[in-house]
Amino acid sequence: MTSAPAAAPARPRPPIPWGRAASVLGVIVLAIVLAYVQSGSGIVVSQAVVTGILVGGVYGLVAMGLTLIFGVLDIVNFAHGAFLALALFATYWLVASTGMHPYLALGICTVVMFALGALVQRGILAGAMGRPLENQLLITLGLAMIIENALLMFFGADPRSVALPGDRGVPILGAVADLSRILAFAGAIVLAGLLFLLLQRTRMGTAIRAVAANHAGAELVGIDTRRIYMLTFAIGTACAGAAGALVAPLVTIEPTTGAQFNIIAFVVVVLGGMGNVVGALLSGLVIGLAEQVGGLLLPGQSPLLSVFIVFVLVLFLRPQGLFGRSG
Amino acid sequence: MTAQTTTREPAPPAALPRQPWNRHLAVVAVLAVLLVPLPLVLPGAQEAVVVRVLIFALLSIGWNIMSGFGGMFSFGHAAYFGLGAYTTAWLLVERDVSPWIGMAVGMVVAAVFAVVVGFLALRYKLRGAYFALATFAFAEMLRLWATNSDFVNRAEGYHVPLLPENSWWYMQFEPGSPNYFWIALALTVAALVVSILFLRSRAGQFTLAARDDEEAAASIGIPVMRYKLMTMALAGAISSVAGAFYVQYYLFIDPDLAFGSSQSIQAILPAVIGGVATIWGPVIGAAVLGPLSDVTATVLRNPPPFLEFLQGRGGLDVILYGLLLIVIILLLPKGIYGALRDRWSRR
Repeated sequence: MTSAPAAAPARPRPPIPWGRAASVLGVIVLAIVLAYVQSGSGIVVSQAVVTGILVGGVYGLVAMGLTLIFGVLDIVNFAHGAFLALALFATYWLVASTGMHPYLALGICTVVMFALGALVQRGILAGAMGRPLENQLLITLGLAMIIENALLMFFGADPRSVALPGDRGVPILGAVADLSRILAFAGAIVLAGLLFLLLQRTRMGTAIRAVAANHAGAELVGIDTRRIYMLTFAIGTACAGAAGALVAPLVTIEPTTGAQFNIIAFVVVVLGGMGNVVGALLSGLVIGLAEQVGGLLLPGQSPLLSVFIVFVLVLFLRPQGLFGRSG
Repeated sequence: MTAQTTTREPAPPAALPRQPWNRHLAVVAVLAVLLVPLPLVLPGAQEAVVVRVLIFALLSIGWNIMSGFGGMFSFGHAAYFGLGAYTTAWLLVERDVSPWIGMAVGMVVAAVFAVVVGFLALRYKLRGAYFALATFAFAEMLRLWATNSDFVNRAEGYHVPLLPENSWWYMQFEPGSPNYFWIALALTVAALVVSILFLRSRAGQFTLAARDDEEAAASIGIPVMRYKLMTMALAGAISSVAGAFYVQYYLFIDPDLAFGSSQSIQAILPAVIGGVATIWGPVIGAAVLGPLSDVTATVLRNPPPFLEFLQGRGGLDVILYGLLLIVIILLLPKGIYGALRDRWSRR
């Protein structure tokens, strides 16, 4: 949330670091050109770019929840992906048992996950606030283990899927993208925009940003920080829930699917600068592209490998993130 | 908000100012002697449980040296376990080299890898969550690389070729042989002795000083970087032994078993449950966790009526691990051994 500095510095900086954005864009363009040279096929490259951007929007939404939680509560939330998996299975279960439209399940999932997040924060994590970082990390890790394996126990390890009624391929820029993928991207962007408005334009959002900027100061001006902690964790979890319902038609639904999203979300969060919500969305797009285009650049390797290479480089060279300011 | 998590309070020194090192060594010796005849009195099926406890303990003793005593939270300990396992398996299958030599080579490989990771992470001053995520990323990169490389047989991994007869040279005996237990016991005892000797040496004391207050340690002339790297190398080497023995005992390794995040978690759990930054924590935690999965498997094979719907389902043991982890952190943040020690010393 460094996008809007709470206290105006003596020399206000532009809200968006244009120079850095340009260099990031330059690297992406270079990678795309190299991918074109390597694969020698325009369709392959444009397919990778389209898929990368569409997937990246969803990564951005998942990561926004994670980075919000990190920024406000200072918790590295390893359960975020497990919450996403929970939403995936909830969507599957709702669609399979009642035959409702997957996007109706989206609303239910978001609300239910919001409540669950509030419950988990108040019931479990509040007991460890202020303890060393590792304690909270391990608690969320324990939560992830419980959720993932509870799903495994009740649903079994068989992969499942949700079909979106009326899903079909849509041609874009010479590539073909599934309608469900485009709708997931659009939904993620809309939800991300809503979250941004919530944070920037409402009293509650202002309070959340105040707690993130300075816990003690926020308390001094009368903000109920315990309530804000709970709300923030709930909002973050709701993001995972919404993302889970959005991607349900795109992925194979397994208990471990969430963990894969969790790994990517961590990469996105670090890339965007921990706690930076807008950075998370932009980095989601970058990582979506890195995954797809990197898969072309390193043929035969898993697309995730290029994601991790980007991750480690950013971690070492710009730990404040691509879009953060050096602290 | 700053990007770095610099606001963390330095952890209170977990080790007492003067640890009774000689008493620890004596307890190790007595325990070792007492445990030697164990496989002769245990029924065969139970021996597998005890061996698993020892593998758990060995892996976690390494984690505890780096993260407990060294204060560098490792979330990618599977990297060292997996390097030990893969080095041994590769040398044995592809080059017909004895696992004993493979184990030694694996220790060197894991230690070198730990130093490289540590150097990069410390050079760029990663702390707290950032350090943990970096270690995690390196373990995941190894997993992805192993999964897609012909050099190490891709996702299939390695099966240890079965021998017709027992062989100490190839560390292979008939299933259920007490030799496996004795080897695991010897390795675990050696790891405990090494960690006790390390902690009471100057290097170990410098490491503790650097963990508790890095700036103060540096200001009295301790080369913090060197001792942190030394600690990581030692931790990596010990955990790699667990991997090497794992391959010989279970006769199989693949990228997920070796480098997967569940292996990293299994390195953390025993130490956290037993007590982080204590000599005995990992051993006690392993003794608690090791039998759990067998207990749940037994329960689920013949479930009581109210659990009948779970018959044949997997996952209950990991759920219990997770519950135990949360309960211990909320109620006994110093772990089982840490809590007991506090109670004794208050008397």
